[in-house]
Amino acid sequence: MKRHLALILLIGCLIWTQNAMASPQPYFYPFVNPYEATVMELPQYLESKLPEKVPTREFTLQVFPTREIPDIFWYEAGLVCTLAYQNHKAPLIFVIAGTGSSHDTPRMKKLQKMLYQAGFHVISLTSPTHMDFVVNASEGLPGDSIDDAHDLYRVMELAYEKVRGTIDVSYFALTGYSLGAFNAAFISKRDEEKKIFNFSKVLLINPPVSLYDSVSTLDRLLVENVPGGMEKFEQWFRKVLAEFFYVTKEMEHAELSGDFLYNAYKRLSPSEENLAALIGLAFRMNSANMIFSADVMNGGGYIVPKNTQLSNSTSLTRYAMVSYSTRFVDYFNEYLFPYCRKREPNLTRQALLERLNLHYIEPYLKGSGKIGLVHNEDDIILMPGDVDYLQSVFGNRARIFPTGGHMGNMFHPAVASFMIDFLTGKEN
Amino acid sequence: MGFATERIILVITALAALLLMCGCSSMPHRDTVPPLRTYEDIIKGDGSRLFEINDSIEGFNRGAYRFNYYFDEYFFIPIVHIYEFILPDYAEDRISNAIDNINEFGNLTNNLFQLKFKGAGITLSRFAINSTVGVAGLWDHASAWGLKRQAMDFGKTLRHYEVGSGAYIVLPILGPSNIRDTTGLIADTATFSLAGPAALANNTAITTAFSGTSAVDKRHRVSFRYRQTDSPFEYELLRMLNTMKDNYDTAN
Repeated sequence: MKRHLALILLIGCLIWTQNAMASPQPYFYPFVNPYEATVMELPQYLESKLPEKVPTREFTLQVFPTREIPDIFWYEAGLVCTLAYQNHKAPLIFVIAGTGSSHDTPRMKKLQKMLYQAGFHVISLTSPTHMDFVVNASEGLPGDSIDDAHDLYRVMELAYEKVRGTIDVSYFALTGYSLGAFNAAFISKRDEEKKIFNFSKVLLINPPVSLYDSVSTLDRLLVENVPGGMEKFEQWFRKVLAEFFYVTKEMEHAELSGDFLYNAYKRLSPSEENLAALIGLAFRMNSANMIFSADVMNGGGYIVPKNTQLSNSTSLTRYAMVSYSTRFVDYFNEYLFPYCRKREPNLTRQALLERLNLHYIEPYLKGSGKIGLVHNEDDIILMPGDVDYLQSVFGNRARIFPTGGHMGNMFHPAVASFMIDFLTGKEN
Repeated sequence: MGFATERIILVITALAALLLMCGCSSMPHRDTVPPLRTYEDIIKGDGSRLFEINDSIEGFNRGAYRFNYYFDEYFFIPIVHIYEFILPDYAEDRISNAIDNINEFGNLTNNLFQLKFKGAGITLSRFAINSTVGVAGLWDHASAWGLKRQAMDFGKTLRHYEVGSGAYIVLPILGPSNIRDTTGLIADTATFSLAGPAALANNTAITTAFSGTSAVDKRHRVSFRYRQTDSPFEYELLRMLNTMKDNYDTAN
């Protein structure tokens, strides 16, 4: 069982199980292959030191108290968030998880510890693309940068309301990684109008520039790297699983730690194609979870028939198969765009695409001294030209490392200290 | 003896109760307006069938999965947390070793059932070494000396004699399995209780304490938590992985 779960996590949550390596300054990162850098989690002794345990508590938000949750989501009972609290007056930082990730993934927990250690109260938030958020806190379909920012902002207000009586807050900050960083940029802009938090600092960690381009790239990693194409997917998947079962059988205790994955990886020595395909598969699975949940919550018509009643014992096998065969770009073109157009009849596809891009709020990002950026030149979600663009927008508020893949180096001491220095205002 | 009967009755009652409770799985309603992306259009004849697994009692299984989720969330995991809070990791590892040592009995009988005399010999040596040098199994010196655990159960014995896995089944509390391994589990429980350590101890208090600790230890050692897959298709994912693991073990 344990081994199976190690596998689920390896595949299903690959995007967030990665980590980083600590080494003496100047910046040195051992994985020059960006796919390896993205996937690999390194042994603990090579990472930035983090406290073993920090004081935390979970709390649940009923974002729409009158919303009826369909029986099929019988396990959903509100949006769960985590608070890590200082026992003295301190700044409060909100952290937004990446695509398909919840508030308590290993990466979110590490980030929480790192920020707590730096003196923050920390509220960890589930991504608006995670099913828990879609079911409990999305007003409509997820994926539109503006709508997602509104949904998240609402959640942040409620979350702060819930905890404000128990913690003493000096000022507010905001961060997020990957899609969560993209969300954070739009939330920061919204806060300029609403002025509830007046964030002192906002840090974007490895955001995409164009959401559509990034998700297309991630999906292509799967489609283009399965040997023989997607018709041979099952054959490939069985082979990868068999290798994994073999390795975990050889290793006495299979578990989900970095040390375990590192050792399993060393024995598997997967090809670059396999790594790329696994990253693509993890993304495909994340977006399938989101698409199916969003369809059910919005009355169906895309994957499930319109107004169908799904009970807690309904077989979802066929829906699962269809969902896993649906790309994010299919969802964008066939469901999200028509949905947005119903609301805004003059909206063109191009205009919606432009909204899903940091260019859309470029003047704001350029002129706002409180927003910083940390990224990697070899990040697999960036397009050619994106690094130069980010550098030109953020100027000396950007720190771009030469290697590290997609967030592989997040807990590297050099990266971690840049992040903390920026958020605590020590970079000046 | 009471222990054996109790456990077996408990399993059967729970299964029966759940069967009654859950009924059959319902297929999605056939609506007059099909969705934009239908199974028929998207999953063509030669598409991947990874998820289509013999699950003839899916209604029961989904009920058991749901039961297990609640059991885990509100009962099992809180107990495991208390266990982990009270005991230092070192003590937990010693308990795990001691339980594994007692369970060598099942490894021995099943190695013998499969006529694997080398495996049986290693198991016997392991038991002898760990019970003495390892102080009642608290330390596993045998592994350090190169005598690896020869894990066997009756499910594997049945597989050895080429019994097919049968339909997928989610056991209450114990989780995903199949008909063959469930039969094996009942056989192992009976052997353990009627002719194994439980019969030797012949003391209900001791055997109850053992099975309680053993259950908590087992859960403590499995890192799986429900909803960890972050997916509305967790049931399908677990079923697929368990079935593929079983296929792999049969082939190897």
